[in-house]
Amino acid sequence: MAYYLQLIIGGLVVGSIYSLVALGFVIIYKATKVVNFAQGELVMVGAYACFALTVQMQLPFLLAFLCTLVFSVILGLALERLVLRPMIGEPIISVIMVTIGLSSVLKSLVQLFWGTDIRVYPQVLPSEPVVIAGLPVAPVYIAAFALALTLFVIFTLFFKYSRLGIAMRATAYDQQAAQSMGVSIKNIFALSWCIATMVSSIGGIILGNINGINSQLGVLGLKVFPAVILGGLDSLLGAAVGGLFIGVLENVCDAGAKDLLGLSGFKEVAAFVFLVLILMVRPYGLFGTHEIERV
Amino acid sequence: MELLKVENLEVVYNDVVLVLKGLSLSAGQGRITALLGANGAGKSTTLKAISGLLEGEDGEITDGRVLLDGEPVQGLAPEKIVRRGVFQVMEGRRIFQDLSVEENLRCGAFTRPSREIAPGIEAVYGYFPRLKERRRQLAGYMSGGEQQMLAIGRALMAKPRLLLLDEPSLGLAPLLVEEIFEIVKKINQSAGVTILLVEQNARAALAIAEHGFIMENGRIVMDGPARELLSNPDVQEFYLGIGGSGEKRSYREVKHYRRRKRWLG
Repeated sequence: MAYYLQLIIGGLVVGSIYSLVALGFVIIYKATKVVNFAQGELVMVGAYACFALTVQMQLPFLLAFLCTLVFSVILGLALERLVLRPMIGEPIISVIMVTIGLSSVLKSLVQLFWGTDIRVYPQVLPSEPVVIAGLPVAPVYIAAFALALTLFVIFTLFFKYSRLGIAMRATAYDQQAAQSMGVSIKNIFALSWCIATMVSSIGGIILGNINGINSQLGVLGLKVFPAVILGGLDSLLGAAVGGLFIGVLENVCDAGAKDLLGLSGFKEVAAFVFLVLILMVRPYGLFGTHEIERV
Repeated sequence: MELLKVENLEVVYNDVVLVLKGLSLSAGQGRITALLGANGAGKSTTLKAISGLLEGEDGEITDGRVLLDGEPVQGLAPEKIVRRGVFQVMEGRRIFQDLSVEENLRCGAFTRPSREIAPGIEAVYGYFPRLKERRRQLAGYMSGGEQQMLAIGRALMAKPRLLLLDEPSLGLAPLLVEEIFEIVKKINQSAGVTILLVEQNARAALAIAEHGFIMENGRIVMDGPARELLSNPDVQEFYLGIGGSGEKRSYREVKHYRRRKRWLG
């Protein structure tokens, strides 16, 4: 039993990273209707940027962390301006193909600079586990979960109360009407890419602190699909819940399949099996938008 | 004093369809001006050309000028035009249905400093008390009339100098149309907002407007003080549905209408 509880805790932590990446994905989808297949690669780029700053340039971790955030904001602006903006008005399928291309380019660039070996971050937090309710939990897990939670609270408040946040939601609902209020659609698009790259980088840095990183990190982007489809493609709450759920589901299914059926490697497919099931039952997700119909 | 002057405007959609063919009109400072015309005459296009919203619809101003206080604004991005004090309430209300009433209003004040938001919202509730009752409700669940009130209220949040109203009576019951038009008149008088009103409902529009323009096929075919237009026999016949002698029109007259329309165009 304790073993499964451990798995659930581990799942929640990995799930909180999925949630962060899903958050970036959902923000881009909501604002621009682009399905961003390069989301996982943004995680990877952020993780490697922070790695380069801490290990190769020997900056203190916190400073490196902040520099990575600045870097990812600039990266987001640049990607939107150079890659996505020229595609405005093109068929959505072309834009999606561009994001697939972008993911290959980012991955190749990382391999070019850092090769394909696993890289490990220096230990930032103590490795001595903290005991919570009788279960030993690594401090890095707690920090990761708390960081993800804080970010979600910040973004929820941002979208609920700030001028820009409300304008982003308005743009997501009706671009032309938002334009008629004086909202610049181009700025909103740029802002959503900034936020998406930033949260992905944070996800990448957390992962780096837990597991180490390699150039296959982008695969994480695929795991985010079940999470966002479960939550509903256009719901922030959905991204949070979906991410956590998929994280736990993976771990528990993996262990369950091993114990009950003697099968291993179920971890990689569990989320996708589940994805198919959701699509059959509730294609707009748990929290996705239904159109408001007045009767 | 003319706040808005449109001179010989030509608008082309998709590089082919010529919708406005040298349209000229003006709106006097602090006045209500009505722009009337049949479906497809180019009324909405005219408003979008003024507010810059043609951009997203593959429309383009190919000739002519739009002057706001004597300064050309044609071809500017819509957000720049909003900042100059022109606000368009689009046809069909276009409220943000999954935002609450108050969030919709805040959105209207996007270009204004935040200290103006709270007093602005109170002012809107002053014009539309019904919105106050529903401030936390999702806008999508409101009735058509309330949504129209919200759309106008949202526009007021931007403190515009020139308000472009595109068919505020669309789909509303006659009593509600009257109510909305009275409030439009009140807004014009108390806040001194210049209004350019596009309408199908010519009678209601001319009742509150000082001046009217009638357009057909992308041109202005007639203009004058609202009172004169109301008593003009052609306007009465084609826009107000009163025959020259007051009797009902029969099918035969449709031919006559076409002839007159050609003459007008």
